Amino acid sequence: MTEPGHIDQQDDRLAISGDWILPHYATLKRRVEGLAKIREPSSLGIDLSQIADLDTAGATLLMELVGSEQLAAIDDWAPALPAPRRALLRTLGEAMVGHSPPALRPARPVRDFLAETGQRVDGLWQQQRQLLGFIGLTLATLAATLWHPRRWRPTAVVAQVHQTGLNALPIVALLTFLVGAVVAFLGATVLRDFGATIYTVNLVAFAFLREFGVLLAAILLAGRTASAFTAQLGAMKANEELDAIRTLGLDPMELLVLPRVLALMLTLPILTFVGMLSGILGGALVCLVALDISAVQFVAILERDIAVQHFLVGIGKAPLFAFVVAVIGCLEGFKVSGSAQSVGEHTTSSVVQSIFMVILLDALAALFCMEMGW
Amino acid sequence: MSEMPPPLIRVRDLENRFGRHVVHQGLDLDLYPGEVLGVVGGSGTGKSVLLRSIVGLHRPSAGRIEVFGEDLQRLSPRDRSRVERRFGVLFQRGALFTSLTLQENVALPLIEHIGLSRTDAEGLARVKLALAGLPAKAAIQYPAELSGGMIKRAALARALALDPEVLFLDEPTAGLDPIGAAAFDQLLLTLRDALGLSVFLVTHDLDTLYTACDRVAVLAQGRVLVAGRLESVAATEDAWIHDYFHGPRGRAAEGAARTAKES
Repeated sequence: MTEPGHIDQQDDRLAISGDWILPHYATLKRRVEGLAKIREPSSLGIDLSQIADLDTAGATLLMELVGSEQLAAIDDWAPALPAPRRALLRTLGEAMVGHSPPALRPARPVRDFLAETGQRVDGLWQQQRQLLGFIGLTLATLAATLWHPRRWRPTAVVAQVHQTGLNALPIVALLTFLVGAVVAFLGATVLRDFGATIYTVNLVAFAFLREFGVLLAAILLAGRTASAFTAQLGAMKANEELDAIRTLGLDPMELLVLPRVLALMLTLPILTFVGMLSGILGGALVCLVALDISAVQFVAILERDIAVQHFLVGIGKAPLFAFVVAVIGCLEGFKVSGSAQSVGEHTTSSVVQSIFMVILLDALAALFCMEMGW
Repeated sequence: MSEMPPPLIRVRDLENRFGRHVVHQGLDLDLYPGEVLGVVGGSGTGKSVLLRSIVGLHRPSAGRIEVFGEDLQRLSPRDRSRVERRFGVLFQRGALFTSLTLQENVALPLIEHIGLSRTDAEGLARVKLALAGLPAKAAIQYPAELSGGMIKRAALARALALDPEVLFLDEPTAGLDPIGAAAFDQLLLTLRDALGLSVFLVTHDLDTLYTACDRVAVLAQGRVLVAGRLESVAATEDAWIHDYFHGPRGRAAEGAARTAKES
């Protein structure tokens, strides 16, 4: 390890020696700052000839001592230095002449807080406006392509169905199966006090046909697929692929958004159906094991008590939820700007928004169906 | 040069294959201290793969690569980090961290490796950015706000952050305007002379080859076809080399370099 460089002061002369390199930066900086307090930057009486090793970090410190203009003119006052070293100091000085560190804005806590709050509220409003606009654009594109079978993209749709539907089947089935079992346990525990454990069957069937099947599948889709859409489209945007599509005279809405939206609207009803079956299966298993309700009895009660309208209410919500999830995922992808951080922010936002919208719509639908007596 | 010092980087019998596609086979290359080595070759001859193999981002299929006398692939992560600190890499597309400002980009290695305070590191980072030819206000901008040429310059500033001994540049002047490219060549030479840098330069820019490079290595058929001083390489009997150096662009660059030397 080498020794950090020295500044020796004799009268008004400064003799600079030793190694002026990056590993000693902190030490050297302290020495330079100590001197800079009592001395204006100038080249008068500075002797650089004893410097052993010098790199750009050391040269930067010398510049603080000498000033950038003086450093740029080093050929005039230190012609004895070796040429490469003079070239380095001169280049550095020339680069820094007229450079002042960018001024930072002073902190104003109250104003900043108010401004931030306002920005967030306005952002929320703008987000909803954009979403409505994007939904309109999607529907308009759909309507425009509907009458032109040549512009349909069955391959893209099928590929998306494969990715978002088929590959999601196991996790949807497992999750709803477990929740079905949990709901049955809950029902059994509460209904036992009334001697009505047999109604566990109705509870599970009602819950999964009307609400849980579609809700769980939609939430899984929001977490699994909305995020994927945002990340895919966001990376394409950052890579200027979306611009390339536009300049080729093609429409990203038609090429990228429509297949995804349509695929999800096909996928979610199927996933919902699987979720319903699997949830009821979970409930039936608990009934069999914990309540001694045989499978035959279970099915008989289902047939007797549960009307088909409950199934229709549940599955009818699936395309709507799918549309919302897909549109939010794609829109957030389009909003990504170049940075990696922005991809992360928008992916988070798309998952949060789509889960929120699914639950909100489900609550509204529940109210509506109750009033209609469905 | 009658007596060569031992090379900083020694590549022997390098072999790289992706599946059945052979990129390198029996490739030998040396980089000596204080020289600027230009690596040229047609598209797809594995220039970037060679660079990635040397800096340790790609594990070669076979062969030896010694950097500062040590084989990167065999070092412990700690030793490897110590060696990697001694070289700076400029990637083809800049590869700046998009969520950091330019001065934070350059300050990052200074804070992490040298342990400078944030203020010191950012001050030093601004100097490096200025040295690379960026205006003062660019220091607090994010990469997404900058043009391609400015990103190249900022990436150079980051490659220079730790004052490395070896600089790896992957097509540094591609995307720069001719004035910026000439200034870049000059900066490279200044730094090389002042700091004793060695430079491994992958380029297609004939002007850079003529003004900045001490030696040129031509990659073809999976190996280094010929390496040496520019004049001797240009005189080699090979169809591709002949077209490369004696095509219209090659002649123009040679003429420009000759006029520059005479004046």
